[in-house]
Amino acid sequence: MIRVLLLLLTLATPAFAEQVVAGLSRDEVAITANFDGSDILIYGAVKRETELPSSEELEVIITVSGPRQPVTVRKKDRRFGIWVNTEAAAVDLAPSFYAVATTAPLPDILSHTEDLRHHVSIPRAIRAVGVAEEVEEPVDFTKALIRIRGDKNLYQYLNSDVDLRDQTLFSTHIDLPANLVEGPYETRIFLTRGGEVVDRFDTVIDVNKVGLERWIYDLAHDRPLVYGLLSLFIAIAAGWLASAMFRVIRV
Amino acid sequence: MQIYLPIAEVSVNAFLLLGLGGLVGVLSGMFGVGGGFLMTPLLFFIGIPPAVAVATEANQIVASSFSGVLAHLKRKTVDLKMGTVLLIGGLVGAALGVQIFAALREIGQVDLLVRLCYVVFLGIIGGLMFLESYRAIRRSKVQGAPAPRKKHTWVHALPLKMKFRTSGLYISVVPPVLVGVFVGILAAIMGVGGGFIMVPAMIYLLGMPTKVVVGTSLFQIIFVTGFTTLMHATTNYTVDMALAVLLLVGGVIGAQIGTRIGTRMKAEQLRILLSLMVLAVCFKLALDLLIMPSELYSLGAGAGH
Repeated sequence: MIRVLLLLLTLATPAFAEQVVAGLSRDEVAITANFDGSDILIYGAVKRETELPSSEELEVIITVSGPRQPVTVRKKDRRFGIWVNTEAAAVDLAPSFYAVATTAPLPDILSHTEDLRHHVSIPRAIRAVGVAEEVEEPVDFTKALIRIRGDKNLYQYLNSDVDLRDQTLFSTHIDLPANLVEGPYETRIFLTRGGEVVDRFDTVIDVNKVGLERWIYDLAHDRPLVYGLLSLFIAIAAGWLASAMFRVIRV
Repeated sequence: MQIYLPIAEVSVNAFLLLGLGGLVGVLSGMFGVGGGFLMTPLLFFIGIPPAVAVATEANQIVASSFSGVLAHLKRKTVDLKMGTVLLIGGLVGAALGVQIFAALREIGQVDLLVRLCYVVFLGIIGGLMFLESYRAIRRSKVQGAPAPRKKHTWVHALPLKMKFRTSGLYISVVPPVLVGVFVGILAAIMGVGGGFIMVPAMIYLLGMPTKVVVGTSLFQIIFVTGFTTLMHATTNYTVDMALAVLLLVGGVIGAQIGTRIGTRMKAEQLRILLSLMVLAVCFKLALDLLIMPSELYSLGAGAGH
């Protein structure tokens, strides 16, 4: 909370007409052994120093983005009667998770230029500059990426899911699925009027493995030989134990 | 009960994994195959990343084979001498196979090659085994006559002869070493223990008795997959301990049960069942290649350029 307030103070110096004051139900997600996804409530209010502009409706857009990673998209084609990967396109950076929640359909409340500038919509959140040179129909490849991740609930377009009251109070739920990658999840809140962004608020949700999950992951990466030997030891011990148990059960 | 796997970074049902491990364990104990050729595609299917599935599967096979070998050792159905000879060949082959794999990856299409390898080898081995054991069963039903005497072939004319008492063989070490090398190469490329190739090779090429074959195959699989596990853990960091533990708890228990079932069945029945299973997997993989997939696109970790 203190962090949010401090951030607000620094943002408050230039006098904007409307500003976001926001909070999260949690700014940390701990991945434990029985992690089954997480639900995050994002809420806030619009602070005004001038009176309510009457010209255009106020709209809110909230995005949550997982760590960005390069992805290879492959396409299958029929060759000699069998289906094989023929074309491949390297997408420079794609978020491992991306959710965009809005008060109204995105094209109606955010202009194309603002989308380009802030990378808000799902296709804009993916950076695929190199794809165009590699394959004939680059759009199909980025569409496929969005479709496949969308099916796994990793890319979510939550149209009209932000609840806005009296052009002041807003809230939404973001559902983080179980198959999360750890890292900082950038969370952004945009206020728009007539398609233009009037204010933007940024914060981070930290998603981290904890406990046994953390220990296994660290051991595997920091001391791979010890980890490998330990894995083998467990396997041999389990094999012996089962054999010994069955000897006792039926002599 | 959902469980989050730390290396695979996916959440899966723990009981599903226990069940899969148990099922494959039973088959492993019965037939002396590691079960990798069955388990690896199953793990892909439930959403485990392929690299993690292949590496962790190797670790699980170590456990179920060890459990199985202990059961076989008690029955004295392991030819340790033959196993060691096969193993020497196997390790050489595995090292070669890793090099071949790396070279193919540079050309691309390693995915397709692995699949084609599966279809071709499973098809040939399954088909031959099915025909042979079908004939054997019919013969024993019609006449009740004993199996034909072992014939002397070119295999028996090679130098460096050695006595394998448990198998009742006096043959040259050249064929077993070559079989080991060949299986080692395929095992490294296909990401399996190689039991489904090893078992028929021992029966039909080396002429070993079926009862001894299973234990001996398991014996050498332990070492080949143990070696593979270490290689994957140190180079790719893709062995998932949590996934392995869940699979092997089911696996080791299954292997014990499987061994007991196996010793009660006739050799021909065992072989015909194994061949049917091999053919079923082959058929499924071949269908995947021939039928237009519902999703033409697939995602992979980005390598960049």
